[in-house]
Formats: sequence, structure tokens, C-alpha cells
Amino acid sequence: MYASGYIAQQVLNGTVLGSMYALLALGMTVIYGILRLINFAHGAVITIGAFCFYVLFVSLHLPFLAAIALVVIFGGITGILLDLVAYRKIRGGPEVALLITSLGFYIFIENLVKMLASPQPYAFRPPPFLSQVNQTAGGVTFLTIDIFILLVSVGIMVFFALFVKKTKVGIAMRAIAESGETARLVGIDINRVIGLAFVLASAIAAITGFMWGGKYGQISYAMGFMAGVKAFVAVVIGGIGSIPGAMVGGYVLGIAETFSVALLPPGYAEYRDGIVFAILILVLLLKPSGIMGERAKV
Amino acid sequence: MNNRTTARERKAIPGHFKALLAIVLFFLLLGGAHLVLSRYLMYIISVMGIYIIATVSLNLTNGYAGLFSLGHAGFMAIGAYASTLLTFPVSLRQAYDLPLLPALLGGQGYQWPFLPAILVAGILAAFGAVLIGAPVLRLRGHYLAVATLGFMVIITTMAKTLKWLTRGSAGIQVIPHYTNVWWVYVWALITVYVIWRIINSSYGRAMMAIRDDETAAQSQGINLVKYKLLSFVIGAFFAGVAGGLYAHLARAIRPYEFSFTMTFEIVIMLVIGGAGTMIGPVVGAALLITLGYALKPLEESLRLYGLIELVYASLLIVIMLWRPQGIVGGNLTLQGLGQWFRRLLGSTGERHKGTLPDPP
Repeated sequence: MYASGYIAQQVLNGTVLGSMYALLALGMTVIYGILRLINFAHGAVITIGAFCFYVLFVSLHLPFLAAIALVVIFGGITGILLDLVAYRKIRGGPEVALLITSLGFYIFIENLVKMLASPQPYAFRPPPFLSQVNQTAGGVTFLTIDIFILLVSVGIMVFFALFVKKTKVGIAMRAIAESGETARLVGIDINRVIGLAFVLASAIAAITGFMWGGKYGQISYAMGFMAGVKAFVAVVIGGIGSIPGAMVGGYVLGIAETFSVALLPPGYAEYRDGIVFAILILVLLLKPSGIMGERAKV
Repeated sequence: MNNRTTARERKAIPGHFKALLAIVLFFLLLGGAHLVLSRYLMYIISVMGIYIIATVSLNLTNGYAGLFSLGHAGFMAIGAYASTLLTFPVSLRQAYDLPLLPALLGGQGYQWPFLPAILVAGILAAFGAVLIGAPVLRLRGHYLAVATLGFMVIITTMAKTLKWLTRGSAGIQVIPHYTNVWWVYVWALITVYVIWRIINSSYGRAMMAIRDDETAAQSQGINLVKYKLLSFVIGAFFAGVAGGLYAHLARAIRPYEFSFTMTFEIVIMLVIGGAGTMIGPVVGAALLITLGYALKPLEESLRLYGLIELVYASLLIVIMLWRPQGIVGGNLTLQGLGQWFRRLLGSTGERHKGTLPDPP
């Protein structure tokens, strides 16, 4: 029915998209684990990362690596600012208050970008060495940036998994996720650890913004919302609070989304978002704890 | 929360009389405005009323029953499309590719009058709420918020893709211009009255009990599913009505209008005004619409697109950080209003508990 080359192509596309979802889901699940906060503002950091790269690389002509490093640093700063300005003050309050505040920040950042940049999307060109078109014998076409995305995301995920598992701060993060009060009692500086979680999560989101723009060739002020919300869907599918779950959820979602577009008749591509959320509602109903989550009280 | 004041109200009949007088005065004022003000200003006042209906109805679900729903724009979309399709002029249907209307809803050869169309719009939205609510309402907090957001995305996706019914992303234009301030404010009054009656009944008390402590409410024998669904469905009905009124005021609807922006706008109005209070949502909606249209000329002359939403978001953040119970902490009684004015003038009045307690 479909040629194997076509299927391989879709698997590749789905994996690349899934990598980006997985990276975003990683940040969201860490913050959710610690604060019980769905950080909608996480999506806005994607937009910040993408526009930051655009300004640094396309407008200011900085070298690629320097631009990427600055994007990561800037993303991290955004994260810690969010924590300091907003979440620290209402931490421990009702979870809906945190959610509403993060929505407020999302809308704030999105519209700030809209005001400063433009309501129109920008064409986004990664450096030439990343936008080469390659073709394999089987008829699978890919850009070099696809490989970049796969390698960098796997690298970040391995680094992150080791960080959380081995380092002292990582262990402290898991301790706070388990019980913030107990963690405080045994002498963990909660504010510092949470701040660091925000820095890491947002830095990862910022670099994902660059990847997103590079993959799709355009960036806009509203690009972060759907990406952010879908990353949360990936978190739910994988099991809230579980880091391996977030990665699995990201890849499942990326491949499911790509295939739902690829296998539906032409003209039905617009069903994509609807399908993603239908999957979400199904997962919530059938197995609210997700694929790899602990038993969650929903 | 309102038990005390209702008991007092029941004894004091003049309270009802005063309320009636206030309503009559309000409509006289509206009539005066209709004579004096420009059409543009009357349009803004109508939009304000529509958002009041939407915010007040979301308040029942969100503020009183404590079900944080982000799907309100989805219900408004259902209402807007339903009443548009029902009332679309028969002679224009072929030209606008809208010949299809199920026989159940009158078939393609019949153009509905406005009132029944609006009622059907509300009923269809309520029906949608039953469909989505029955499975989803057993989720709590975050899960419910994201699931209802998902529902809203599914509705807008359908509005985009069911081209034979909705004309897809192009939207529907030349909708008959039926909505005026009278329609809007009579419906706003009905919405406020119905929700006021509900929250002052055993139904409302059950909803608030669920909001405050679900487990405790359940152990008191309150049927969680029944009351949650009821608040969700009634909220959706009035959202559908608001959507229908909006379609016949703006005269053109597109799927993307009923998306995140609209849902968030309504949530922001509710939170800023004061969730779980009677006049909070009215004040929030009126304030934000006024602010929005006041800033519009500035936004356009400076080409700072996004300025209005930026101000909305800043207000939301400021409110969440420093006054999470919203601007208004009273309810729809004259005493409540008096307290609110006194508080506005600086003296501290009585505080009422909204959904969001003070930060620790």
C-alpha cells in the first residue's frame, strides 16, 4: 500500500518531531514533579529561543556556536526570572493559581514578542551547513538539521538523565519531587534547586526553539503555544513526573502526529491537532497515570 | 458563602424591590445611551454584554464548582456556528456553499427566527458539554484544565475541517444582524439571575462544597458527578448563547476566533474580577473590554500589535501575585456593592473567599 521508503521517511520525520517534543516534555515534567505546575510559559521560552537566535545569528551575524551558547544562556535566565518573579511567591498555594500565573506569563511573553518583532512570521534560515538536503538510497530525504536535532536531543537527554541520577543537585531534585517538606528538613536549599531546575528546563526549551525554527523554516510569535501544550500532552502520555516517561511520550506523540498526517487522505492534515488531543483525552480516561507514570491521583 | 445574605434577603422584600428598580434604571440608561452614543460605542457595549454572559457562566463552572475549565471558547464556537447556520438566509445558502442543514434542525429550506436559534445554540453547546463532561469531569485540577483545552482544540479543528458545514477556515460572512444591546443585556440579566438563583439554592451549596473539599462533600452524600456535570452544562448553555449573540453582532465568524485567545480572555476576566463572586465576573469583563477598546487606537497608531493582550496579561499576573481573590470580593447584594465601594475608597471591608486563597 505504501512504499517502504515512504514509511521510513515518515518514521524519520516523526522521530525528529518526537525528539523536540521529548526535550520540551523533559523540562515540563521536571518542573511539574517539583512544583506541581504545568508551566504553560515553557512554550513561550521556545519562542524566545528562536527569536533570540534570529537576532543574534541573522541580524547580528554572530558565529553559530556563539549564537547557540547565548540562546541557551538567555533561555536559562528567562527560566530563573520566571521562578523569581512569579512562582516563588505563590509556591505552595493552590495548583490552579500557579497554572493561571503561568498562563499569564505565556500571554505576556508571546505578546511582547509580537509587539517587538511583528505579528507576521519570519523566515528562519539555519546556517548553510545545517540546511543541506541529503538523500539515502532508499529514497529518504532529510536535511542535515534533522541529524543535528536527533544527535543533540539524545545528547541532552543522556546528560539530563545522568545529571538527575548521579549528581547531588539531581538527587536533591528527586527528593523535592518526593516531598518538599522532608527535603527542606534534611537541609536541602529548596529555592536553589528549584531555580536550577528552571534554568535547565528553560535552557533546553530555548535550544529547542532554534531546532523548531530550523526544521520548519519559519518562526512566529505564536509558535510556542501548540508546541508547549503538545509537550505537556507528551508528559501526560508518558506519565506525569517521570523523566523516561516524558521522553517516551514525546516520541510516541511525534510519531503518532506524523503518521496521522501521512496516512490520512490529502486535505485532512488539519485534523492533526484534533487527533493529538483526542489521544490525550483517551489516555487521561484509560490510563491517567500514563505509560511509565506512578499511580497518580487524578 | 451566600447563605447569610440570602436569609437576610428573604426577610427583606424591599431588597427585591431595589434590585428591580436598579434593573429598570439600568435599562432606561441603556435606552438613553442608545439615543446618544455612536453606533461604534453601542457595539462596544454589546460586546461587553456578551463577554459578561460568557464570564458569568464560566464563573459557575470555574468559580463556584471549582472545575478549572479552559474549554469555554469551544462552547461559544458551537453556539455561534449553530445559530448562524440556523438563521442564515435561505436565498444566500447556495451562493455561500451552505446548503446543508440537517432536516432535524429545520432542513435547508427554512430560516429560523433569532430567539429559537439562540436557544438551540445554547442547547447544542450544553449537549456538547454533556458529551465531553461525562468522561472528563472525573479528572481534577490540571488534568481537567488540559482536557478541556483539548476539547476546545478539537472543536476549532472541526470548525476548520468540516467544510461542508462551516466553510472551513474561510468562516461564514453576511450573518444577519440581529443582535443589539437589548438582546445582549436581557440575556445577560437572565444569565446573572439564573446563576444567582442556582448558587443560592441547594444545588449551588453542593457545588461550593465540592469546590472547597471534594472528599468531604462526597462523604456528606453529595453526588459529585451530578453537580459537576450540572455546573458544566449550565455554564456551557450560556456560553453557547453568548456565542450565538456574538455571531449575529460581528456578522462574520472564523474558526480561529474561538481559540486560545478567547478562552484565555474569558478566564482572565473572571480571575481579575474575582472568581466565585457574583459581581466579580461582571466587573472583570466590563473592565477588560473597556480597557481593550480604550487601548485599541493606541495599539493601531503605534503599530504595537499585542499591546492589549500584554496589558491583560500584566493585569492577570499582578492580580495573581497580590490579590488572588480578584478585584471584587463581594456578591450581588446592595450591601456587597456598598462594601465594595468602601473597599475601593480605601477602608477595609469584609473579605470573602474566592476559589483562590491568599498566598502563604
